[in-house]
Amino acid sequence: MSDFALSRGNWLERGIGALRLGRANLNLRLGAGIVLAWALVALLAPWIAPFDPIAHNLPDKLQGPSLAYPFGTDNFGRDILSRVIYGARIDLQMGVIGVLFPFLIGTTIGSIAGYAGGWVDSVLMRLVDVVLAFPFLVLMLAIIAILGPGLYSFYIAMALVGWVSYARLVRAQVLVLKTSDFVTAARSLGFGRLRILFRHILPNCIAGSIVFSMSDVVLVVLSGSAISYLGLGVQPPTAEWGVMIAEGQNFITTAWWITTFPGLAIVFMALGFSLLADGLAERLGLRQR
Amino acid sequence: MHRYSFVLYRPLQLIPVLFGISVLSFVLVKSIPGDPVRMLLGTKATPEAVARIRALYGLDEPLFMQYFYFLKNLGIGEMGQSILYKTPVLPLIADRVAPTLFLVIGSVLLTLLIAVPLASVAATWRGRAVDHAIRAFTTAGLGFPAFWLGIMLIILFSVKLGLFPVAGYGETVIDKLHHMILPCLTVALALSAVVTRNLRASMIAELASDHATAARAKGLSESWIFRRHILPNSLIPAINLLAINVGWLIGGSVVVETVFSLPGMGQLLVRAIFTRDYMVVQGVTLVFACATVLLNFIADVLTVAADPRVKL
Amino acid sequence: MSLLEVRNLSIAAGASTLVEQVDLDLAEGEVLGLVGESGSGKTITCRALMRLLPAGELRISAGSIHLNGRDLARASEAEMRKVRGVEIGMIFQNPNSHLDPVMRIGDQIAESVRYHEGASAGEARSRAIELLRQVGIPDPARRMAAYPHEFSGGMRQRAMIAVALACRPKILIADEPTTALDVTVQAQVLRLLLDLRDRLGLAIVLVTHNLGVVAQTCDSLAVMYAGRVMERGPKRELLRMPAHPYTAALLGCQPGSANPAEPLPAIPGQPPAAGAFPAGCRFHPRCPRAAAICESERPALRALRDRRVAACHFAVAP
Repeated sequence: MSDFALSRGNWLERGIGALRLGRANLNLRLGAGIVLAWALVALLAPWIAPFDPIAHNLPDKLQGPSLAYPFGTDNFGRDILSRVIYGARIDLQMGVIGVLFPFLIGTTIGSIAGYAGGWVDSVLMRLVDVVLAFPFLVLMLAIIAILGPGLYSFYIAMALVGWVSYARLVRAQVLVLKTSDFVTAARSLGFGRLRILFRHILPNCIAGSIVFSMSDVVLVVLSGSAISYLGLGVQPPTAEWGVMIAEGQNFITTAWWITTFPGLAIVFMALGFSLLADGLAERLGLRQR
Repeated sequence: MHRYSFVLYRPLQLIPVLFGISVLSFVLVKSIPGDPVRMLLGTKATPEAVARIRALYGLDEPLFMQYFYFLKNLGIGEMGQSILYKTPVLPLIADRVAPTLFLVIGSVLLTLLIAVPLASVAATWRGRAVDHAIRAFTTAGLGFPAFWLGIMLIILFSVKLGLFPVAGYGETVIDKLHHMILPCLTVALALSAVVTRNLRASMIAELASDHATAARAKGLSESWIFRRHILPNSLIPAINLLAINVGWLIGGSVVVETVFSLPGMGQLLVRAIFTRDYMVVQGVTLVFACATVLLNFIADVLTVAADPRVKL
Repeated sequence: MSLLEVRNLSIAAGASTLVEQVDLDLAEGEVLGLVGESGSGKTITCRALMRLLPAGELRISAGSIHLNGRDLARASEAEMRKVRGVEIGMIFQNPNSHLDPVMRIGDQIAESVRYHEGASAGEARSRAIELLRQVGIPDPARRMAAYPHEFSGGMRQRAMIAVALACRPKILIADEPTTALDVTVQAQVLRLLLDLRDRLGLAIVLVTHNLGVVAQTCDSLAVMYAGRVMERGPKRELLRMPAHPYTAALLGCQPGSANPAEPLPAIPGQPPAAGAFPAGCRFHPRCPRAAAICESERPALRALRDRRVAACHFAVAP
């Protein structure tokens, strides 16, 4: 892990330095490029998608890849390319929101546990242990079973389950930083506990969480599309990659393209975030697990 | 104290986690919207019947008493009734254990079968083209959705080449093996990306280690050193990694069972969610959680067996 | 007649030469001390004798290593595998990290016997027990099943010696074998090495930076500084009357040589970084006797008298 005696300014400088892509490592550049490309595709979907992603066009159904339909069409005659492009909107949103809430909740709980210590720490960490005892996807599905299928259920389930990794990560860092020299110095200057936590400790342990959140996006997108594939997440006819793969599975003997291209889209989005996480970790001098 | 004595007392240490699992499962079912009795009996039930069921399940008593009944029932293997199948939940689950267990064990074995050779090749020829190719696979492989990978394998091996059945579990042992190869391969390919990555890193560290130098000074050949010294030492962290990924492995098997229509616990869970068969959802969730705890425990035993330095 | 004859050995990393023109001779049953500060090149010289230099980083750039009429510097990798462990054994500074942590001690000893001699499991096992007894491990049959972490530091070093001697090599290279050990254990291990020399006729190259160790064990010495041999000769004479200023300075730094009430003298300055050696005599920036000639002309190793050589312009036969 990083050296712990970084001051806040130092961390900020390094964070900004990592964003200057000119001198960045290959992983970081490639990853940032892929993620940026997906963000653009999502943003510009209405302008770059050649067809409507939802409207049926039965005369052209189940057509293989061609010049008119580069990725072919599905059983309703919908253009797979357009659906993949619109799918980027949903899947990217899924990745970002699905990470954001666990990140905020986990960081808060982790820093409270680490900083408060004592019984607060024990209780919170036992809770973490219990949540971690459940297989991640199974607990997600159980919560969705209660809330009912849908994208919002997925976000809630994600927030309820995903925070534990961040809590563990942040708690471990806070525990180390709590006893570090610069925090002792801040304390001896008579700064309040909360001020020390928010101004001195959290900024220094957030870097690890940010890097982790990048690789966590991969997990969240994979889980979200898997849950949608099972029919418990995003609902048809919305163009979401997992949904598209589920719809295409009935046609694998005749129309391989319906399932193949949305899957490749997931792989490339995940690859972008994996590389970004690796590159950031390398750049910030953090090594993951 | 004997190194393996933890096998006896560790289960005692697991009691708090198991307690937490039971509380969480209880809370899950308690937070279902609507009246569970009405759901069980249907809307046409008489008020007397509703009251009888309420008393039977202790639903008119305080929450902690309800939890106590829940625990007591769990103790005797009573997990409630399935609404869809009209049978007790536990035997229903028991029927579905075999395919899931087969899938999980088969996937782990296949993962090792894939990851060990790949990592060995990559570590031995570090920095060469073959290493870069394997590393590209491990980086991309982290993002392969298991359900999609499964479908791709079906298209390639079942539809195009006709080598394996498209779905199902089969009847005889040979038949089952034939049916299970693609599902296991699906989970294994996704998992081997992480394992290969990790194993490669530890092998490279071991190849540069002092004891490898000492083995070279004994005049042993590189292949001998790799088999006898590098491999055993680098497999120890891999056990730990597999243990960390047990939850992921089970989650992956839930999805893959659906892809291949395997009659396992995962498929049961997904169907139960669709049919709002909450007792089954609760039962399967509980069993999966306990299985995770058990598999982690087994991983601890394996670690102690593989690494003489470890004491738990 | 020497068993091992090293002539003009040079070791290079890329374009820079780290060890230059080293000559060594080792007779049967002799204990040769290779002395120098850390960074003087003594450890990589040892590795070079076994051809165990890290591939791609260091290489033998010149010279020969003659063992039984063969030149190891030019031997193939397959030939070297029959030399390592069989004709030359090697032990290392840190027995903790140089033994495989997850293999039983007995197996680590028996391994070489099985590999090189194709011995059966039973034969290898009885040889391993015998070796453990020879290196002074009590209850060897039971200790066979132990793992390295179950041994104390001294026991581990003994076990490593047993591993190195498994195939009865004639030469043992010991790279700082006592540095990582407690002082009391150090003496025991040195006594063991001498005992093995006497019983097995073992020739030993003992690498150390500790002149106390040298005084106790060696028959002859080679003093290295900045990748070159500064002085060679029989131990007793060399320690009593060093011909090279560096040897003299080293002796001056030893505890016990000066007035105990005064702080230990140290050689002024720092040894040069590897590959950034000064011109002329490499010791001249730190040498009390340095003159103009020392900065420009490199002194060659000169024979002073019988078996004594030194690389100093001002060295005279003592």
